[in-house]
Amino acid sequence: MLEIKNLHAGIDGKEILHGLDLHVGSGEVHAIMGPNGSGKSTLANVLAGRPRYHVTAGSVSYEGKDLLALPTEERAREGVFLAMQYPVEIPGVNNIYFLKAALNAVRKHHGEEELDAMEFLQLARQKMKLVELDEAFMNRAVNEGFSGGEKKRNEIFQMAVLDPKLAILDETDSGLDIDALRIVAGGVNALRSEKHSVLVITHYQRLLSYLVPDFVHVLANGRIVRSGGKELAEELEQKGYEWIEQEVAAGAR
Amino acid sequence: MAETIEQIANQEYKYGFVTDIESDVAPPGLNEDIIRLISAKKGEPEWLLEWRLKSLRHWLTMQEPTWANVKFNKIDYQAIRYYSAPKQKKTLNSLDEVDPELRRTFEKLGISLGEQKRLSGVAVDAVFDSVSVATTFRAELAKLGIIFCSFSDAVREHPDLVRKYVGSVVPYTDNFFATLNSAVFTDGSFCYIPKGVRCPMELSTYFRINSAGTGQFERTLIIADEGAYVSYLEGCTAPMRDENQLHAAVVELVALDGATIKYSTVQNWYPGDKEGKGGIYNFVTKRGKAFKNSKISWTQVETGSAITWKYPSCILQGDNSVGEFYSVALTNNHQQADTGSKMIHIGKNTRSTIVSKGISAGHGQQTYRGAVKILKSAEDARNYSQCDSLLLGDKCGAHTFPYIEVRNPTAKMEHEASTSKIGEDQLFYCQQRGISAEDAVSMIVNGFCREVFRELPMEFAVEAQKLLGVSLEGSVG
Repeated sequence: MLEIKNLHAGIDGKEILHGLDLHVGSGEVHAIMGPNGSGKSTLANVLAGRPRYHVTAGSVSYEGKDLLALPTEERAREGVFLAMQYPVEIPGVNNIYFLKAALNAVRKHHGEEELDAMEFLQLARQKMKLVELDEAFMNRAVNEGFSGGEKKRNEIFQMAVLDPKLAILDETDSGLDIDALRIVAGGVNALRSEKHSVLVITHYQRLLSYLVPDFVHVLANGRIVRSGGKELAEELEQKGYEWIEQEVAAGAR
Repeated sequence: MAETIEQIANQEYKYGFVTDIESDVAPPGLNEDIIRLISAKKGEPEWLLEWRLKSLRHWLTMQEPTWANVKFNKIDYQAIRYYSAPKQKKTLNSLDEVDPELRRTFEKLGISLGEQKRLSGVAVDAVFDSVSVATTFRAELAKLGIIFCSFSDAVREHPDLVRKYVGSVVPYTDNFFATLNSAVFTDGSFCYIPKGVRCPMELSTYFRINSAGTGQFERTLIIADEGAYVSYLEGCTAPMRDENQLHAAVVELVALDGATIKYSTVQNWYPGDKEGKGGIYNFVTKRGKAFKNSKISWTQVETGSAITWKYPSCILQGDNSVGEFYSVALTNNHQQADTGSKMIHIGKNTRSTIVSKGISAGHGQQTYRGAVKILKSAEDARNYSQCDSLLLGDKCGAHTFPYIEVRNPTAKMEHEASTSKIGEDQLFYCQQRGISAEDAVSMIVNGFCREVFRELPMEFAVEAQKLLGVSLEGSVG
């Protein structure tokens, strides 16, 4: 469902991804791991269509469509969801109002009827349980005054409501304590099915013990340098990234 | 960012049509004869004519003020017509006799003058150019002793009340534009709520400028007697014209002991075109006097006018009186606004709140100017002021000038200010969830204004949100 070929991309004129290839099939969970600065977040943001990020070469095909040609909101409506590393606050905008507008924009795009307030509330209540958020939370402004953990849980809650085909989690685990980590992983696991693919971007292995990936890729210097099964994550956890970087450097020579 | 929010494109002003109706107009120019003419047309008593003439003589000694942070070409006061009224055959006996053309005009503006068709709960005084054409629900309100009528009717029917209170809050010598208004004012609304009465419906005045080359100078006087309550709304529109038209109104509020007056404005005068041609100069003096234990609350949503220059204020004269000011002002294209509030604390234990939200887009320039004065007599006075500015794009500006004068050491003052831009991050966040850029901007702007909108009566709040949406149309590229 997602086919990335020879992707060269960067931010503000600086190239960070130097020819990245990745294939994600329907229903698969892929983890992208790598040291700081390897291009993990760049990959997530380029796929979501964030301004200031630009693509210089390569292609991304998503369900047979040229993903890079679609504007940001179209990608979202087509089912690409990015759980952000730093979710922003939108003061004065009710959380539930925001999410209802988002869901209805997606539904409209697919020619489905928009949900009214009652129908939406029902859906939201059901999904909130997944991430153990209480209802008072719905009437607060989007992310305003939320703790780090609440912000991340809110991202997963939004994901659960929007039901995306491709969910990209950009360091969702950073700054989470062990309970929040378990809740977040639980939310993502609930989404897993043959129709849903997940790209988990993380620095650490710990999230992957709750959210077991089908494939693990190591990103270094803007390229995927090694791919394997879930045991690759464990190996990395033991040996650190230096080991891979050295191997890659040796191989290059 | 530069790509997403940049140029301000077409903004449609929905109310720019002109009504073709025969008008009775005064020749342009300002002199004692014109004043006598206006006064005679309205059949006014001698004392009022004298007051007008006194005002004119004083005005002639005054200079147009230049301290506001706005730029405009000199106004030729001799080129303006100070009186314009739609011709009516005879005095109206009922609302059904309103000229069908006028009725259609107000219906087009969404104001129905037929009582049965109106949503219950709002009584309207419709002012067209210089005169009030209809006031709804008068009879029903009269049963409670509430007087709600045009200013001219009040002068005829309740001269003692008018004479007692007119100029008691904004004296005829107050400032250049208020003095001009005192000389030439034509109509406006008058409202009196008797002792202990809670007005059961929203009262509202709808102002419409129609004729070319005229100014609109209305005067509103609201008196809430002891323990009374009233919520008052004001709306306004004008046709699109290439020339600038002057609107210099005066609003006086009197809240006697224990009374509450809530005054809400949705101002949507023609703002001029994209290049800044035409539009209304909205130079208005609004002030309320609060006696013991009373409360005056101003809420305004200012989206129209080429230039807005107004400072709804409260004189907190009585002990324990409360003054509030909630404002959203939006400047797009080449609009300019210099607005804010003055809170003058005289009585003991007086409290005031100022919440001002300014939004600038396009080349819009916006200034918050506020003054809080705590006089020596005002023991334990408290003020809280908050001014937030939101910028859309990089060609607009926001300025803040808060003046604070404290003469009593027991005073407590708080002032908060912030300036923010709609961030690329906020927009991206919304778009990544499937929300279009236009909807995202409108959502973020509405969120920014929420503290003010929740002060508006329900119907108006919806109207105000829509208005902001329309006024920002095209501000996302």
